[in-house]
Amino acid sequence: MATLYIDNKPHEIKPGNSLLETCLSLGFDLPYFCWHPALGSVGACRQCAVKVFKDADDKKGRLMMSCMEPATDNQRISILDKDAVEFRAGVIEWLMTNHPHDCPVCDEGGSCHLQDMTVMTGHAYRRFQYKKRTHLNQNLGPFINHEMNRCIQCYRCVRFYNDYAGGTDFGVFASKANVYFGRHEEGTLESEFSGNLAEVCPTGVFTDKTLKQHYTRKWDLTMSPSICQHCSLGCNIIAGERYGDLRMITNRYHGEINGYFICDRGRYGYEFVNSEGRIRQPILHQHVVDREKILTEVSVLLKNSKVIGIGSPRASLQSNFVLKELVGKAHFYQGVSTREQSMDELALAILKDGPVRTPSMKEVEEADAVLILGEDLTNTAPMLALAIRQSIRQEPMKEAAKISIPPWNDAAVREVIQDKKGPLYVATVAETKLDDVATSTYRAAPEEMARLGFAVAHLLDQTAPEVIGLNEADLALANRIVHSLLSAERPVIISGSSCQSESVMKAAANVSWALHKKNKNVGIVLTVPECNSLGLAMMGGNPMEAAFQAVENGEADTVIIMENDLYRHSSKTVADKFISRCKNVIVLDHSHHATSANAHVLIPAGTFAEADGTLVNNEGRAQRFFQVQESANTIKESWRWLLDIGAASDNARIKQWKNFDDITVTIANEEKLFNGIDKVSPPSDQRMADGQRVPRQPHRYSGRTSMLANVNVSEPKPPEDYDSGMSYTMEGSRTLPPSSMIPFFWSPGWNSVQSVNKYQKEVGTALRDGDPGVRLLETNSDSPVDYFKEIPEKFRAIKNQLWIVSVYHIFGSEELSAKSASVAQRVPGSYLLIHRNDSEALKLTEGEIIEFQIKEQQYRLPIKWSDSIAQGTAGLPIGLNSVPYVDLPAWGILKK
Amino acid sequence: MFSIVRSLWITFLHMFHKRETVQYPEQKNKLTTRWRGRIVLTRDPDMGERCVGCYLCAAACPVDCISLQATEDESGRRYPEFFRINFSRCIFCGFCEEACPTYAIQLIPDFEMSEYNRQNLVYEKNELLIDGPGKHPGYNFYNIAGVAISGKGKGENDNEMPPIDTKSLLP
Repeated sequence: MATLYIDNKPHEIKPGNSLLETCLSLGFDLPYFCWHPALGSVGACRQCAVKVFKDADDKKGRLMMSCMEPATDNQRISILDKDAVEFRAGVIEWLMTNHPHDCPVCDEGGSCHLQDMTVMTGHAYRRFQYKKRTHLNQNLGPFINHEMNRCIQCYRCVRFYNDYAGGTDFGVFASKANVYFGRHEEGTLESEFSGNLAEVCPTGVFTDKTLKQHYTRKWDLTMSPSICQHCSLGCNIIAGERYGDLRMITNRYHGEINGYFICDRGRYGYEFVNSEGRIRQPILHQHVVDREKILTEVSVLLKNSKVIGIGSPRASLQSNFVLKELVGKAHFYQGVSTREQSMDELALAILKDGPVRTPSMKEVEEADAVLILGEDLTNTAPMLALAIRQSIRQEPMKEAAKISIPPWNDAAVREVIQDKKGPLYVATVAETKLDDVATSTYRAAPEEMARLGFAVAHLLDQTAPEVIGLNEADLALANRIVHSLLSAERPVIISGSSCQSESVMKAAANVSWALHKKNKNVGIVLTVPECNSLGLAMMGGNPMEAAFQAVENGEADTVIIMENDLYRHSSKTVADKFISRCKNVIVLDHSHHATSANAHVLIPAGTFAEADGTLVNNEGRAQRFFQVQESANTIKESWRWLLDIGAASDNARIKQWKNFDDITVTIANEEKLFNGIDKVSPPSDQRMADGQRVPRQPHRYSGRTSMLANVNVSEPKPPEDYDSGMSYTMEGSRTLPPSSMIPFFWSPGWNSVQSVNKYQKEVGTALRDGDPGVRLLETNSDSPVDYFKEIPEKFRAIKNQLWIVSVYHIFGSEELSAKSASVAQRVPGSYLLIHRNDSEALKLTEGEIIEFQIKEQQYRLPIKWSDSIAQGTAGLPIGLNSVPYVDLPAWGILKK
Repeated sequence: MFSIVRSLWITFLHMFHKRETVQYPEQKNKLTTRWRGRIVLTRDPDMGERCVGCYLCAAACPVDCISLQATEDESGRRYPEFFRINFSRCIFCGFCEEACPTYAIQLIPDFEMSEYNRQNLVYEKNELLIDGPGKHPGYNFYNIAGVAISGKGKGENDNEMPPIDTKSLLP
């Protein structure tokens, strides 16, 4: 620890960070623009000036940019010095000369860093009387709105978009006061992280375009801490509601997972909640009925028939658990295909029983060598791809450390490392967006990828099984990978279930285990398909094929399908047959889909916005999402419907559960793997120190005596929250809530998202009482290594057939986000990705229709060429609505 | 005794004083333009809606009796999709008028709003919007703010330079 004197008062600090970061961590209000905790300092905006004194006798001092100076021991600085205050006010006044007077129509207003900083420096009156500079705007696609007039040239956008997220279609044009931030020509921003521009931009140049369609100020939103539902990483988000609609998703800082950013699927996928395709009323045989009627109907069915329940990897642990209890453990099915289930179980086994621990995304960012086996991360787990873009800087950054350049000094670090990149090996079926930063790429069928992995494992540890018949090029690559992994301090192996090949995941496990014998810091990251896939695997349940069998054999005649579209996990013929054989199909879901269209009883479940629940992410971290709004309709959480059904049908055990806590505590006590999930969030009866709840609404929330006055001038009683210690109103405690219950970031004088600084122990580190969530799977580093031995055969192409594997799209492959209007605009058309040579051998050019058959499923799809996909294999974008489900990988038989 | 007579006398004299009592409603007091009565939404000189749906009036309202939803028309002008004031809650403090950055919301010297049914005190936009600029005749927000709307591009506002040519590096 060191001592820093700020305005002659001593403060205990950690030396080495920048003065700005240190001052902010200590709680001082110091204005800044270009600095961002994740992007580092460049000293461009000159806003954070402070006086630095040579020693105690120095009374004059000199002005310095606090973001560019490291804090040292016994340093003396002044924030309140007259010169510094005047300098900062002057800088703001300059920045404001060209800033338009359009705050009333600006979407940033009320959560604007520029507004906050202007107020903070005391610049209240504009003396500038001359003409203002103007810019033309661009249409940047469905996600981001552009209004260049508001720009203050802080360069954060390019630094995030190009330097941090690796975008290539965005830049800065023109010169001096005229600089222009945008694309070289109008068009959709290609980066999957473009939505973060809305949060990175300190003013309203880049704003959320979907928010604009139902615009609400930040102070008018009812907000809740939530968890993203659109992939397995479990990024923390804030969901905001107004007038019964979900209006906006913003990032919720989590030091270990998503940090300051989220991907566009997470940010814009929310619109499915407001979509026309929602199930809003209970429906019995095509007729809308009321709650009581549906409950009696279902409880009668439960008594008089043989019921099975199908759970879901996108439903919360609570919902799956109550369904399991309602139908009985023997009649609970996981609701994913057998292959998917075995992949999830394998991932669980590797994470639980293996000696290698799975690192968080923050740790992946700090990895200095990465091997990816079979995952197109940008499309399956986008934020992990962003983490990897940071990890490739780690190895060259060691150079900067050698010449004493601190890592936060961004411009200098980038000057040192230039284009050097750390080791990153990407083995996938087809091109990925990470290829541009990869040391080597490897394109092959999943079997070949697995063989490469097994070979690497064998080279690392001779006791690992050996691969016979590996060709020389692959062996050379394996040797290079081994060399990189061995020379790294913190290597990470990444794989997952997107290839749907167990051997790929096993190969990744073998590599990490073999490396673990030499380096205990190695980590393995496995991605799984959905937001709660790992949680479902931990909960257990029979495979879905067994459910089909049970109905076929007459062991069951009624099925409860919860938050699951069977047509996305089994082929159409099988699902059709299953549904037609069932006497009663009860579907509990929030959105209409192919399965709900065939339901006899349809029950409106809540989306994440109308529900409380716990999800387990790919890291094994249990995290809670909180309900944002109480629905006006009969929409309720799935688990609450099931509790009501259980109570109506006199299920003694379910009858005693009344709220979220009852279920969660039961899960924690009864299921060994879920020990501790009751600690994820404080119990619902816990209040803040002043005896109050945590308010979901900011203290400036407006319109509560008017928003429902058109219905009835007497205001209704606000809904009560029985499931958490939060309130649905603005009443409540204004102190810092527990980190798992932060509904929004706000601090006096800090209305924008930058106020997150005040919620952290130290800027850029964990939240004040620790990052939320409980890691359920901590491995034992001494666990014995039992290598996987089943090495797949070499892949051999077959004439007139193609080995069809899945390829993914960030926009479209995931079920719920694809229903969002803005995301739907980015969903590609269906296609089959095949190698140019294969296509030419078939005398087909790009865009022509290829016909083929996988099992009974017929396909007619346009061809898309790839120069890198292995010959004899083809990529099918499974998950797109226009591509029917089939169990992949499988041989596709071409039709002449 | 004397005091009674004196009181009678003073009362008698008052018959010849100027009357303070106003015979409302037959007779009406003159209210100044600054008087804070019924709330209206005004229009630009070119008859466009002045309200841009910025929510500042709603935020300023101490009794939270204003609610609205901003939206945008095809010309790029923001306007409130609905604008509701619950006058049964309104305390006529005038904060909304002070907060309004576009002079849209104004309090006018009219207080005769009594209703037998409280529900009738909920005013929607069609009851609030008047066909005139109210107290600020010449003001037009879209001539001053740096936003473009159809018929008036970038750089065509008061006090604006033409848009930058991003391809030029000339000083």
